[in-house]
Amino acid sequence: MSTPLQGSARLARLAAIGLLVTAVAAGFAYAAGWIGPDRLTPKRIIDTFMSQAGYYPGYRKNHAKGLCVSGYFQSSGLAAPLSRARVFSQPTVPVIGRFAIGGANPLAPDANIPTRSLAVQLRSDDGELWRTGMNTPPVLAVSTPEGFYEQVLAMTPDPATGKPDPAKLQAFFASHPESAAFRQWAKDYKSSDSFANSAFHSINAFRLIDTAGNARYVRWRMVPVAPFEPLPAQVNDKDYLQHDLQQRLGQGPLQWKLVLTLAEPGDPVDDPAQPWPAGRQEVDAGTLVIDQVYAKEAGACRDLNFDPLILPGGIEPSADPILAARSSAYAESFNRRSRESAGLGERS
Amino acid sequence: MSRSGEHFHPLSRLLHWLMALLILAMLFVGVSMVGDLSPRHTLLVGIHKLIGLALLVLVLIRIGVRLKYGAPALPGDLPALQRLAAKASHWLLYALMLAMPLIGWGMLSAGGYPIPLHLPALLPHDLKLYAVLRLAHGWLAYLLFATVLVHLAAALVHGLIRRDGVLRSMLSGR
Repeated sequence: MSTPLQGSARLARLAAIGLLVTAVAAGFAYAAGWIGPDRLTPKRIIDTFMSQAGYYPGYRKNHAKGLCVSGYFQSSGLAAPLSRARVFSQPTVPVIGRFAIGGANPLAPDANIPTRSLAVQLRSDDGELWRTGMNTPPVLAVSTPEGFYEQVLAMTPDPATGKPDPAKLQAFFASHPESAAFRQWAKDYKSSDSFANSAFHSINAFRLIDTAGNARYVRWRMVPVAPFEPLPAQVNDKDYLQHDLQQRLGQGPLQWKLVLTLAEPGDPVDDPAQPWPAGRQEVDAGTLVIDQVYAKEAGACRDLNFDPLILPGGIEPSADPILAARSSAYAESFNRRSRESAGLGERS
Repeated sequence: MSRSGEHFHPLSRLLHWLMALLILAMLFVGVSMVGDLSPRHTLLVGIHKLIGLALLVLVLIRIGVRLKYGAPALPGDLPALQRLAAKASHWLLYALMLAMPLIGWGMLSAGGYPIPLHLPALLPHDLKLYAVLRLAHGWLAYLLFATVLVHLAAALVHGLIRRDGVLRSMLSGR
């Protein structure tokens, strides 16, 4: 039954098969980004962090210096009509969290870094997870991942001074007028003397979905109950904020109000550089109580990726491109430090 | 396992072509999403997890169908080396089709990630275990893609050059 083809027809068909297989392989290489136009990738962003700050195996590639904490969230019930997520109605939701300072250097002095962060995971009794990473600035300087990458490059420390080149920073801000709100924040911002009296912002917007399926755009922030005290002018302790947190939690729990800000139609819900107009309706969703802090590089938060797109039903992402880029870059950072901790990690 | 007929059972053919489509889609989605920073990344990761689960269900059914109905015998005049390559590559394809979704599921478990559809974790939360599984998932995906390419080329050689009925046995029942 088999009558194999011979001669030139055989060669032509062999060539056609070879061509087809090559085309499929080339399509795969294109999808992977190995060939084709140069794209900004999560890998390049993480490479850049590492080339600036140095190689610290096992640590997060940004917000590298932090401490694990735990506690619970007591929902007020006031946000339950806005979202069907169980966290807004369950009286007490267990929380795993992490306080950190910005930057990729896990040995940086706490007092030098204006950006601080709080990441939390809430696990509600329906098994859903909500992870959110919040920062002290309410807005970013940029609206896109490409803009963010340019900002990171502009902030490359000058080898001579160890600080970013002011001319490069100025040129970056001049070419990014969308950074106006961030620059204003940076100008007015006074660092507090503690994580406990810092406010943390979601930066990106999300959609709350109620039981009827209606969507409402929100941003949120954690507003500290502890009163503001300015950071002293002279701080000698490199771990000032960590020691302060341990000392305060030794005396009792710390609290933040979770405040939701509701967007009105036309508000820039997909642009993390633009604040929303003042006077937007706010909802006090409940109280975050942090009552325990763990030793350095210990605690349940260490091996978690606080991907801001790990959301329960009833909370959905906005189309903000930075939000998607955060998720993608956090995954790359998590993959690398997991490899490093397993001894499988090279520098890339 | 081999049956004397000339063609694959219709259910085998349906499963083969459906899974071929899904596996190719998965390989392209997977390799593109890990290098993507855009909102498409979010969408692709969601699709990847759901198709992965669907493929796990399909491969289990397929293994059952294969055990029950077998496969047509290879042509008698096929050289021993090609016969060996055919057998080995099919074993490899089945092993990878089964392993890839399980590794994906296990990897999410070990990484402390939520599992789609509220499925239970397959493995404990363990960062080092995650690292091994995440690397394996990537490298085995390349191996699977390479095996699929070889499989495709071999099928076309059977159909267009040897014309020995091997390709037809998966294309039609006639």
